Amino acid sequence: MANENTFDLIIIGGGPGGYVAAIRAAQLGGSVALVEREHLGGICLNWGCIPTKALLRTAEVFHLMNNAGDFGLEVKEVAFDIAKTVKRSRDVARRLSAGVKHLLKKNKVKVFDGHGRLDGPGKVSVSAGKKQTASLTAKNIILSSGARARDLPGLEADGKLVWSYKEAMVPETMPRSLLVVGSGAIGMEFASFYRTLGADVTVVEILPTILPVEDAEISALARKAFEAQGMNIHTGATVTSLQKAAKNVTAVIDLGDGKTSNLTVDRVILAVGITGNVEDLGLDGTSVKVDRGHIVIDQWLQTGEPGVYAIGDVVGPPWLAHKASHEGVICVEKIAGLPDVHPLNTANIPGCTYCMPQIASVGMTEQAAKDAGRKTKVGRFPYMGNGKAIALGESDGMIKTIFDAETGELLGTHMVGAEVTELIQGYCIAKQLETTEADLMHTIFPHPTLSEMMHESVLDAYGRAIHF
Amino acid sequence: MPIEILMPALSPTMTEGNLAKWHVKEGDTVNAGDILAEIETDKATMEIEAVEEGVVGRILVADGTEGIAVNAPIALLLEEGEDAADLEVPSASAPPPPAAAESAPEAQPTPQAPAVPATPVPPPSPSAEKGDRVFASPLARRMAKQAGLTLDAITGSGPHGRIVKQDIEAALAGGITAPSAAPLPPSAAAPAAVMVEASGMPAYVEVPNSAMRKVIARRLSESKRDAPHFYLTVECDIDALLSTRKKLNERSPGEGPDAYKISVNDFIIRAAALALRKVPAANASWTDEAIRLYQAADVSVAVAIPDGLITPIIRNADGKGLAVISREMKDLAGRARTGKLMPEEYQGGTFSVSNLGMFGIKDFSAVINPPQGAILAVGAGEARPVVKDGALAVATMMNCTLSIDHRVVDGSAGAEFMAAFKALIEDPLTMLL
Repeated sequence: MANENTFDLIIIGGGPGGYVAAIRAAQLGGSVALVEREHLGGICLNWGCIPTKALLRTAEVFHLMNNAGDFGLEVKEVAFDIAKTVKRSRDVARRLSAGVKHLLKKNKVKVFDGHGRLDGPGKVSVSAGKKQTASLTAKNIILSSGARARDLPGLEADGKLVWSYKEAMVPETMPRSLLVVGSGAIGMEFASFYRTLGADVTVVEILPTILPVEDAEISALARKAFEAQGMNIHTGATVTSLQKAAKNVTAVIDLGDGKTSNLTVDRVILAVGITGNVEDLGLDGTSVKVDRGHIVIDQWLQTGEPGVYAIGDVVGPPWLAHKASHEGVICVEKIAGLPDVHPLNTANIPGCTYCMPQIASVGMTEQAAKDAGRKTKVGRFPYMGNGKAIALGESDGMIKTIFDAETGELLGTHMVGAEVTELIQGYCIAKQLETTEADLMHTIFPHPTLSEMMHESVLDAYGRAIHF
Repeated sequence: MPIEILMPALSPTMTEGNLAKWHVKEGDTVNAGDILAEIETDKATMEIEAVEEGVVGRILVADGTEGIAVNAPIALLLEEGEDAADLEVPSASAPPPPAAAESAPEAQPTPQAPAVPATPVPPPSPSAEKGDRVFASPLARRMAKQAGLTLDAITGSGPHGRIVKQDIEAALAGGITAPSAAPLPPSAAAPAAVMVEASGMPAYVEVPNSAMRKVIARRLSESKRDAPHFYLTVECDIDALLSTRKKLNERSPGEGPDAYKISVNDFIIRAAALALRKVPAANASWTDEAIRLYQAADVSVAVAIPDGLITPIIRNADGKGLAVISREMKDLAGRARTGKLMPEEYQGGTFSVSNLGMFGIKDFSAVINPPQGAILAVGAGEARPVVKDGALAVATMMNCTLSIDHRVVDGSAGAEFMAAFKALIEDPLTMLL
């Protein structure tokens, strides 16, 4: 009973999990429907990873121009136009979203605009507003509905004075002062962007360190760099209330040491966490389980309901586009019955934060390795020992590697400094191939590059660093 | 590029197998689904089928070759448009194909491949691994070396069957301990070999260990080494059981699909399964992290076969009637003896029964079949003097001994199981409940 609304696979959500899964399924010969309620490419491409990188690039160029004298250049009257900056960011996002649309078309993926929800076994209904616009059927359904910023009681975004990431990305005017609540990747990227463009920025983090998932040593170096740029950072602190006036907000900050402080700022950015989009997916009455805002899955991304799978942010942390895409491919290949499919190894998922300085890491922190009872060898190499870094004028930063002392397994690596987000993939490959320190030592790294520090850090773990 | 046909892994425990017999010869055209060869696995003989169509370009491993590693290439299949020239293996020093094959492959009707070397690619490094290159990550190699494992005893789970860290960890957890590549200095090994000849040993023949023999040796050594066994014996009066059996069998239709002939062993399988349901603690396995309590009573039954033994499984035996158990057992045992069991038919039971009563054994204690936690050893039913109601009487008695892994089951739970089992055996009507 095949008809035009019967498919091999239906995917709800066209973000980096969903659209990649759709293309992979199409490559494998499946007929695929993709249901997307807003923008193809999802948050990542439209309101996350990509447009923020465009903004941060503006900040970086601005920073360089302000320091042009260091490079023997003379630049007068450096200024920025926030409207044009935002427009560039939106143009970048639009261009890529159009690119995703083209890729889906090329692969003959049928895209349905609207909100998708499960509607009985093997069925998905699509609606726009309150009207149902299509009813689709498939044996397999992937939920990749993503996630959204979480509010905390008393700390709700209003979109005007108190922003979520979405408003923070499209400012109409440049705030003179800003409070960022939460120092994860999202919080620190905005803090860095606005600070570089000249705003007074204060960051409040409830945990003892900023970028709390990162290695403590890297996090401390990053903090030092941010504070040197003039950022105010309070860790172990909480924002207890926000009082809104006509044009500004006064925050009461519990500094954690018994003291409180009042801070009046133009704008507040809330970046206190993420919760899965599990509502209105038609999960009631199915065996799909939801735990603390996220769909529960097994190692092959299968939910409790036969034929229903879930990938990406909606299944939980780390909330990263590349994790979602990888899960999409695994899920589809498993459904297609391909041989040689392997579950996601969470120890090999890299994380990148694009503030200035950049942070990148993969695998265990030194503390995590210690907690796991591993005997370790730790290598460190500073940017100031690297020729290319000095030539770039980027002599702050460090690359840290952690090996298992017995087996030489690369347990984790952590970096802070210029372009580390582009370097980390080398260690990701090393981890995927399960190289030991020996293979990394035998690898020839090109000179002069920042990547030489990756080599030196490995050498340092075994007391053999050459240039420091 | 010709398609490589690889030695298949027909069961999770299989690391190598023997090529019993080719059903095709070089030059034959095959279609998907055609039988290519018979592979002797660790426990059974299986046929491998072609998954793609093509022409058999070269057979790399001759009939009767033993110890072929899983995933080693055993033949090359030419796709449409390819000819013998494509068989040239691109690596540096591969032997050239025989000239005859190049000019006229179909003019070679000999079923046996001409002595083609079994290894198409020379070993890439002077490693101690035998045969083809073993794909393993550097970390896995190092961990194996540190643990004294040889890689060819390990099945890889990584991309394209590459051996990765978790395979070594699994091997260590599973207790596979193959000897290290070169544990003995040659000076120590060589004189030992001479001494055997010099000491005037009586004549003997060496029977090469079959794949099954090696698995039995490995698994049972592992069991006795790792699982602390203890034993509980009960004597069961089976007169009531024998009379029930007689009455039931008399009711069987003489022939046809509904005919049955229930054995004492069928009663034992059912009684054991029902007792497992009553005492779930005895239906369990040890793992380092947790005790695994099985939800189903899948009873493995030891069956002697020419080269060893195999344990086909009556799944969910507690939910099956005696006639069903009897019929399934007959079918499984029959196919076990001809080596035709599928892996899922003998792998994964939760509890074992071994019966040597038919050989007149009075009682014995069996070795637990890992990862299971217990095995019931059943002796012969024989007339013995017993005391009933204070008077001497004669009854048919049968000894049953449970071997238990003390890591999983303690004495009281084991005793509770045996009491439940004995009650069922002695009052077989309760098996209907």
